[in-house]
Amino acid sequence: MEHTILEKRQLSEQVYMMRIRAPLIAEAREPGQFIILQVDTDFGERIPLTIADADAQSGWICIIFQAVGGTTMKLAALREGETVAAVLGPLGHPTHIERVGHAVCVGGGIGVAPLYPIAQALKAAGNRLTVIVGARSKELVILEDEMKELADELIVVTDDGSYGRKALVTEPLRELCEADAMPDLVVAIGPPVMMKFAAETTRPFGVRTMVSLNTIMVDGTGMCGGCRVNVGGETKFVCVDGPEFDGHQVDFDNMMRRLASYRAQEEHARHECLAEARAAELERETHESQNTV
Amino acid sequence: MSHRTPSELREEAKRILEEFTGMEKIRAKDRIAIPQQEMPSQDPHARNANMYEVTYGYFEEQARVEAERCLQCRNAPCVEGCPVRIDIPRFIKHAAEGDYAASLAVVKEASLLPAICGRVCPQENQCQEYCTVGKSLKDTFRSVSIGRIERFVADWGAGLHGLPDDRLDEPNPLPPSARVDTPVITASGGPDSSGVRDVPDVKPPTGKKVAVIGSGPASITVAADVRREGHDVTIFEAFHKPGGVMIYGIPEFRLPKRIVEEEIHTLEEMGVEIRTNFLVGQTRKLKDLLEKDGYDAAFIGTGAGLPRFMSIEGENLVGVFSANEFLTRSNLMKAYDRDRAQTPIYHPRRVAVLGGGNVAMDAARTALRIGAEKVYVIYRRSRVEMPARAEEVDHAEEEGVEFLLLRNPTRILGDENEQVVGIEVLDYELGEPDESGRRRPVPIAGSESVIDLDTVIVSIGNDSNPLITRTTPELEANRWGNITTDDNGRTSMDRVYAGGDIVLGAATVILAMGEGRKAAASINRMLAEDGNHVTGPAAEQGVT
Ligand SMILES: Cc1cc2nc3c(=O)[nH]c(=O)nc-3n(C[C@H](O)[C@H](O)[C@H](O)COP(=O)(O)OP(=O)(O)OC[C@H]3O[C@@H](n4cnc5c(N)ncnc54)[C@H](O)[C@@H]3O)c2cc1C
Ligand SMILES: Cc1cc2nc3c(=O)[nH]c(=O)nc-3n(C[C@H](O)[C@H](O)[C@H](O)COP(=O)(O)OP(=O)(O)OC[C@H]3O[C@@H](n4cnc5c(N)ncnc54)[C@H](O)[C@@H]3O)c2cc1C
Ligand code: SF4
Ligand code: FES
Repeated sequence: MEHTILEKRQLSEQVYMMRIRAPLIAEAREPGQFIILQVDTDFGERIPLTIADADAQSGWICIIFQAVGGTTMKLAALREGETVAAVLGPLGHPTHIERVGHAVCVGGGIGVAPLYPIAQALKAAGNRLTVIVGARSKELVILEDEMKELADELIVVTDDGSYGRKALVTEPLRELCEADAMPDLVVAIGPPVMMKFAAETTRPFGVRTMVSLNTIMVDGTGMCGGCRVNVGGETKFVCVDGPEFDGHQVDFDNMMRRLASYRAQEEHARHECLAEARAAELERETHESQNTV
Repeated sequence: MSHRTPSELREEAKRILEEFTGMEKIRAKDRIAIPQQEMPSQDPHARNANMYEVTYGYFEEQARVEAERCLQCRNAPCVEGCPVRIDIPRFIKHAAEGDYAASLAVVKEASLLPAICGRVCPQENQCQEYCTVGKSLKDTFRSVSIGRIERFVADWGAGLHGLPDDRLDEPNPLPPSARVDTPVITASGGPDSSGVRDVPDVKPPTGKKVAVIGSGPASITVAADVRREGHDVTIFEAFHKPGGVMIYGIPEFRLPKRIVEEEIHTLEEMGVEIRTNFLVGQTRKLKDLLEKDGYDAAFIGTGAGLPRFMSIEGENLVGVFSANEFLTRSNLMKAYDRDRAQTPIYHPRRVAVLGGGNVAMDAARTALRIGAEKVYVIYRRSRVEMPARAEEVDHAEEEGVEFLLLRNPTRILGDENEQVVGIEVLDYELGEPDESGRRRPVPIAGSESVIDLDTVIVSIGNDSNPLITRTTPELEANRWGNITTDDNGRTSMDRVYAGGDIVLGAATVILAMGEGRKAAASINRMLAEDGNHVTGPAAEQGVT
C-alpha cells in the first residue's frame, strides 16, 4: 500500500497538514480514532497522530501535526508526491457521539486538530456547539475558519493576547459552566496540563468532560502497555481502551510524568534533526552561492 | 562452569570421532559413555555487551559425535515427547552418517521451522525428557541433545553451520549467523544466506483465497501448507514487520532475525502475499474479509499479546515497563542501536525483572546488553520451577544476572517525581505441593526488604489480545479470552480457523506450529470439498 502525500500545507510555524492516500483507513475510520505512522520502517519510530479528517470516496485521510521532535520533523520534511513508509489504523475507539444538547469543544494548540472531527460529528448529531480554541499566540491558532463554519459560537483565546481574548481556555470554559444553560458535555483536547485544568474547571459543576489522551505509544494494539494510564484507580491502555476517557477520572500528574520518560533522548533526537536541517540548508546555500559565482 | 572455547570443544569432538572411525559396531554402553557435546558459545563476559547470537551451534564433528550417542531405540520414547512427532532416531541416524540433507529432510517431514525450533524449543520438557540415554544417566540434561543436532542440520541447510575456520582464533568470534560486514551491534541480516533455500512446490492455482491473520509461527505454517495446495494466501500483520513474537519479542542474541526473515522470504517466494500494517478488526473487520473481499477461509493466529501486570502499588511509576514494551523497543524498533534507531529505550542501571519464564530471561539479558549495571530476576518459586528453558537460565546466570528466588514483590517505590527508586519484596518458602505437583510458595510474614532500583520490568505473562474477539461478536472465546476451537482448529464462526497462542494461551513456537499444521489441513480439506461442487469465477481466470 503506497501512502502517497496528496497535499501538504503549513498551517503555522510548526504545524503541518497532510492529506495521505489510505483508502482502507479512510473507509473504516470514525471521529476520535488515530493512526500510527512511520517515516522509515527500518529504524524509524512509530508515532500516533489523530485522523483529523478523511474522505472514504477518494480514499484519503488528513493529519495535522506539530513538528516537535525527531519523527514529526522528518515527516514535515516530506513533500507532496512522496510516500509515508507505514500507516496503521484506524486505532482506538471512536468517540461516542450522541445528541446531548449543548456541547462545548475545547482545543489547545495542536489539540484543535483531533478536536475537529469530533466537533463535526457532534454538530451533525444535532447538538448546539460552542468551540473554544486556545493557542500561545496568534501564529499558532489553527483551523479557525473551519471551526467558525461549524460552531454556533467560537471563542478564540491566546496566552499573550496577540489574538482573540487574552486568556487561558479555562476562563471562557468556567464562564460557560457558570451560565444558566450549563453545557451538557465538554470535550477537551490539548496538552496534558490543559486537559487537566479543563477537567478541574468543570469538576465542581459536574459537567461530563471527555479528554483524548496522548500518551507514549509503541504498537497501538494493546500489546506493550506503554500507553497505560490511571483512570479512576484502574490501569487502562490508551490505544485500545481509549483514547478518550472521563477527564474527571484521569490521573494527569502520573500521565505527564510518564510522558517525560524519554525527555533527554528526545531532546537529543530533536537537536540532531535541527542540526541536520541546518547542515542541509548550509549546503544548499553554499551550492547556490557557487552557482551564482 | 568455566567457559570452554570453541576450538577446545571442536578438538575434543575430533578426538572422539577418530576413536570411532573404522569401528564395526558400537555397543550401547559405549554410546552412553560418550561425553555429551557442549554447545560452543560466545564468552559470557563479552557477549553480555553485544546483541549477536550467544551460541555458535555445533561444529560438524560435534554434531556427529552427539548423534552417535543415540541408541536408536525401537520404541523411540523421544518421539512421544515431540509435539509434532519428528522421527527423531531416523534424523539422528542420518546425521551420524554425515548425510545432513537426508537428516534435514526427515525433520522437515514434520516440522516447518527446524532452525527456529532447534534454538527455542524447551527440549528438556519435550523429546529430551523421555530420552533413554538421559534416563540411564539419571539426568535429563544429559539426554541426547536432540535440539542441538536438529539446529545443526537446519543451519547446515542454510549454510550457517559451525564457526568458520577463519574466525576460530579470534578472541570472541562472531557467530555464523552474524554478518561480517556489519559493526559490533548489528541490525539483523537479510535473506541472503549462502545456503540453498528450497522453496516448496506449489500446486496449480485453485482460485481459492485464504486470509491468514498474524504472522507468528502458527500463521507461517498455515500460509505455507495452504499455499502448497495452490490456494492464494494473504497474511495480514499488524506490525510493520512479519514474524510475530519471533521478531518483536525473542531477541537477536537468542534467535537471529535473519533466520526468521529467511522463513518469511520463503513464503514470499511461494507466492504468499504479506500485508503489514493491517490490523484485522480495525483496518477491516474479519467479516468483511470473508464477505466483501472474497476470502474463502480465514485463520486467526494473533498470539497472546496482552501483557499482564501484577496490580501492585507503584506499577505506573516512571521506569516500570512490561517486558513486551521493553523487548519490542529493543528488538523490533532496534532501540539497542542507539546511533541509528529513532525509538528511545530507557537507560536502566539497576533493574528488577519480575517473573521466571523465557520472557523474563530475555528482558533481563537485554537489560544487561543495553548497559545495566545490575540485573535481578525476582521469582516466587525456586529455580527448578522456572518455566524458562534451562539453557537460557544458565546463560543468564553466566552473563551476570542475579536470581532472587522465593521472593515476591509487594510494591514498587517511587520518589517525589514518581520515578522508581526501589522495590519491596517478601520472602517465601516452599510449602506443600499443589495440584500441578509444584510445591506452593508461601510467604514468610514480616520478611519484607527493599532493593534499590531505577527500573522494573514486569514479565509475568501474557493474555490473549482481545482485539479480534471484541470486533467479531460471532467468535466464541473462553473466559481467558482464548478463542475456542474444535480438534481441527475450527472456531464457532463458519470458515474461520484459529491456532497458536490465541487458542492455547501463551505457549511455545512448536505448539503454535503444530496447531497451524492441523488447521491448515482442515482448511485444505474444506476447500477441496468446496471445489467438488463450486467453481468460483476466479478459478476460471486462473489467478496466481
Ligand atoms: C492518540 C494520540 C493522538 C495524537 N494526535 C496528534 C495529532 O493529531 N497531532 C499532533 O501533532 N500530535 C498528536 N499526538 C502526539 C504525537 O504523537 C507526538 O507529538 C509525537 O509522537 C512526537 O514525536 P516526535 O518524535 O516528533 O517527538 P519526540 O521527540 O517524541 O517528542 C518531542 C517533544 O514532544 C513531547 N511529546 C512527545 N510525545 C508527546 C505526546 N504524545 N503528546 C504531547 N507531547 C509529546 C515530548 O515530551 C518532547 O518534548 C497524538 C498522540 C496520541 C497518543
Ligand atoms: C519474549 C518471548 C520469548 C519467548 N521464548 C520462547 C522460547 O524460547 N521458546 C518457545 O517455544 N516459545 C517462546 N515464546 C513463546 C512463543 O514465541 C509463542 O508461543 C509463539 O510465538 C506463538 O505463536 P503465534 O503464531 O500464536 O503468534 P505470535 O508469535 O504471537 O504472533 C502473532 C502476530 O499476530 C499479530 N497480530 C495480532 N493481532 C492482530 C490483528 N488483529 N491483525 C493482524 N495481526 C495481528 C501480532 O502483531 C503478531 O505479530 C516466547 C515468547 C516471548 C514473548
Ligand atoms: S530416546 Fe534418546 S536414545 Fe532413544 S532414539 Fe530417542 S534420542 Fe535416541
Ligand atoms: S501502545 Fe502498546 S499497548 Fe498501547
